[in-house]
Amino acid sequence: MSYRYDIRLSGSGGQGLILMGIILAEAIGLHDGKYVAQTQSYGPEARGGSSKAEVVVSDEEIDYPKALKLDLLVAMNQKSCDDYYMDLKPEGILIVDSTFVKQVPIQGAYQIPFTRMARERFERGMVANIIALGAISKLTPIVSPKAIEAAVLARVPRGTESLNRDALKMGMRAGQKAKKLAASSVVSLIENEDT
Amino acid sequence: MLKTVRSVSIADYAKSGVLILPLLSSRKRKAEERRGKTVRKKGQERLLQGNEAIVEGALRAGCRFFAGYPITPATEISELLSVRLPKVDGTFIQMEDEIASLGAVIGASLAGVKSMTATSGPGFSLMQENLGFACIAEVPCVVVNVMRGGPSTGLPTSPSQSDVMQARWGTHGDHPMIVLCPSTIRECYDLTIKAFNLSEKYRNPVILLVDEVIAHMREKIILDGDKPIDIFTRVKPTVPPEWYIPYEDTPTGIPAMADFGEGYRYHVTGLTHDTRGFPTSRPDEVDAFIRRLFRKISQNFTDMQMGEVFQTEDAEVAVIAYGCVARSAKRAVIDARERGIRAGLLKLNTIWPFMRTQVEKILHTSGCVIVPEMNMGQISREVKRVNKGTAKVFTINKVDGTIITPQEILGKIREVC
Amino acid sequence: MAEVTKLIHKYLRHDKRFPHVWCPGCGIGIMLGALIRAIDRTGFGKDEIVMISGIGCTGRLPVYVDFNTLHTTHGRALTFATGVKLAKPKLKVIVIMGDGDAVAIGGNHFVHAARRNIDVTAVILNNSVYGMTGGQFSPTTPYGMRTTTTMYSNVEQAFKISELAITAGAAFVARGTVYHAKVLDGLFEKAFLKRGFSVVEVISHCHTQYGRLNRMGTAVEMMEWQREHAVTVEKAAQMTGEELRDKFRIGVLVDRELPVFENEYEKIRAIAKGMPTK
Repeated sequence: MSYRYDIRLSGSGGQGLILMGIILAEAIGLHDGKYVAQTQSYGPEARGGSSKAEVVVSDEEIDYPKALKLDLLVAMNQKSCDDYYMDLKPEGILIVDSTFVKQVPIQGAYQIPFTRMARERFERGMVANIIALGAISKLTPIVSPKAIEAAVLARVPRGTESLNRDALKMGMRAGQKAKKLAASSVVSLIENEDT
Repeated sequence: MLKTVRSVSIADYAKSGVLILPLLSSRKRKAEERRGKTVRKKGQERLLQGNEAIVEGALRAGCRFFAGYPITPATEISELLSVRLPKVDGTFIQMEDEIASLGAVIGASLAGVKSMTATSGPGFSLMQENLGFACIAEVPCVVVNVMRGGPSTGLPTSPSQSDVMQARWGTHGDHPMIVLCPSTIRECYDLTIKAFNLSEKYRNPVILLVDEVIAHMREKIILDGDKPIDIFTRVKPTVPPEWYIPYEDTPTGIPAMADFGEGYRYHVTGLTHDTRGFPTSRPDEVDAFIRRLFRKISQNFTDMQMGEVFQTEDAEVAVIAYGCVARSAKRAVIDARERGIRAGLLKLNTIWPFMRTQVEKILHTSGCVIVPEMNMGQISREVKRVNKGTAKVFTINKVDGTIITPQEILGKIREVC
Repeated sequence: MAEVTKLIHKYLRHDKRFPHVWCPGCGIGIMLGALIRAIDRTGFGKDEIVMISGIGCTGRLPVYVDFNTLHTTHGRALTFATGVKLAKPKLKVIVIMGDGDAVAIGGNHFVHAARRNIDVTAVILNNSVYGMTGGQFSPTTPYGMRTTTTMYSNVEQAFKISELAITAGAAFVARGTVYHAKVLDGLFEKAFLKRGFSVVEVISHCHTQYGRLNRMGTAVEMMEWQREHAVTVEKAAQMTGEELRDKFRIGVLVDRELPVFENEYEKIRAIAKGMPTK
């Protein structure tokens, strides 16, 4: 029986969601060898406004390319979290950027302050999406850490590889930690990577 | 004829008489891989956007000239070709508007270079003037129209399928038109090559009608690299210049085409012309000319009509769809079958000339046909026109700037059954 | 006379059904003569030349000449020319337009071709009116004149085509008249040999439409008007603004070295080839 795994990455324009979608699709499709279809929707604004990227994964060719019921929702701001959490499957995973998402609508969501981590550790909020990718690779079964690292390094501008690798690793550690906290049924709120 | 990996042309289907289920093709492909037929090497696969695959296809087909004007959602084609074309001694130019873009494309093609432009609705409207010129002067060229919602500026970033009729009849006057429509990234690549081939072969502009979902979607694709594929280039005259009749009526209806600057000094005009290319208003010459323009297309329908059938042989309800909607339709058909409804799908890769024979067949086998479109009913008009009362034709018309979902099509399938 | 016959024999199409479409006395024939003499003097081969036109009386010119000829849509001749030139830079591309063709419907293409400085010669026959459609006003119809769409009086100001070309960035701009036919030969010759966008504005007359409506007399009388109102660039330099008020300058107005699009694009190709393909 074939399967279908639907992912939506959402937030506002400028948070790097579409690049995040592309990298995730490349990791899953090219490095992990599954079928992928990546789509996006966007408004006229390059910065601000709503933005979302979707990745559908399957072991066979994908017909409908947009996400249906979500297996994974990543919300990088409050609005996208509010707008889309209803689309999650009952067993679906919600990962939020707790820098901006203060009210989590469901139990068991992974809350990691991607943007704050990016700003504090790397002094650039830009890499929040890469940190989030690292966390995704630990929190979901859909992409392997190895594949995501290869995909990130293939996409990022030359000269920024080590920065992005560090960001990715930081995300992986944060993901790992969030998972542990969730397993011990503690609210999975990661305040800081070093805590 | 170009053979796509996935698409089984209706012509093949008709010839073999065997129903080919493209859904099985992925499984079939895997089985072939196991047998070592098409071993996929790591690194050959790429994740490409529809617009990027169109660029790859164009370059593979031999396109060496592009003139365009920035417009969402087709801009990626311009951006990428501005980088790629100069690397291969080609030319990219950003013109002052879309009228100028197609003018430059036609000029370059007359000078012997395979040429293309890409736009969206508002620019496509401006191109209609010179599109007619390319038809009457029989200049090969490819026009990509990534559709957005309209009319006018409409919905620049949202998908739509509302230019189906404009692609066919947008320019004034009687003229034939070839319009292809991809629904996968693979097809973006293959159909772009096919568009160039048909354009060169039939000396007619070919329009690649793409919707925003497909243009911006990314999927895996293995480009054929240096593998030999069918590339067609216009037939040049073999007679000496003094014997050359530039618009000669041949049995195929397609005259040989000389490039500017090669010794064949002939006249090209947007006026109705005689076989020498000189303006004429003699009724016998005018009539013969217009009829030849149509004949060169109409006697070769099977060469340009492509599509895919999926589980139609016993379908009590069939969906006819194209572009991104064909993907939703396929999912809906699978879901319907799981619910015990015998549903099928005819996917159109060629929009114009309209695939009348194939549609008539579907209308005959299934008493019930659904045409979902992201417009108020453009292809469904054609389906109804050829129906002749043999089947019930239902439409799903979505014009809110979002894709028709599998659930919406499934809902209709269940409703009409 | 033998020389003229030789040129006619060499450059006009033998298989084209003459007579031509122009009215007896029209300036386009004189301009065509000057074009042929200039082409003959510059030594371009017939296969090397692509002559492109738009729509209107001038649009019909290329059909009579034995070059690679292209009769395009209204106002768009320069866009087709851009494609031909870039696809095959070795070709000499000459574009023939009228005033309505070049600066009304094709005005945008005209200024951008000049700005881009593409190596094309634009010849604009300015007869101040739309002749073929029956004498409607054009962007170069002077204020106060009568046409079939300004039967009371034209209230719009006229474009000065050459000055527009200079401002837009053309490398070479000249103005002549069909009265000064021999001068025109020389202006065309210079324009054809210039690398970059060269413009020759040819002041002509339409006695059939514009002249008749404005009681300007026969073709001969209208050409005499040209003689009386044209002032050479050299002579104009000596004259005051007041003296030049109802006159126009003829001769080479601008001849300057500017980067040519094709040369610049060749540099882009070299840079692009040095970059890896991702």
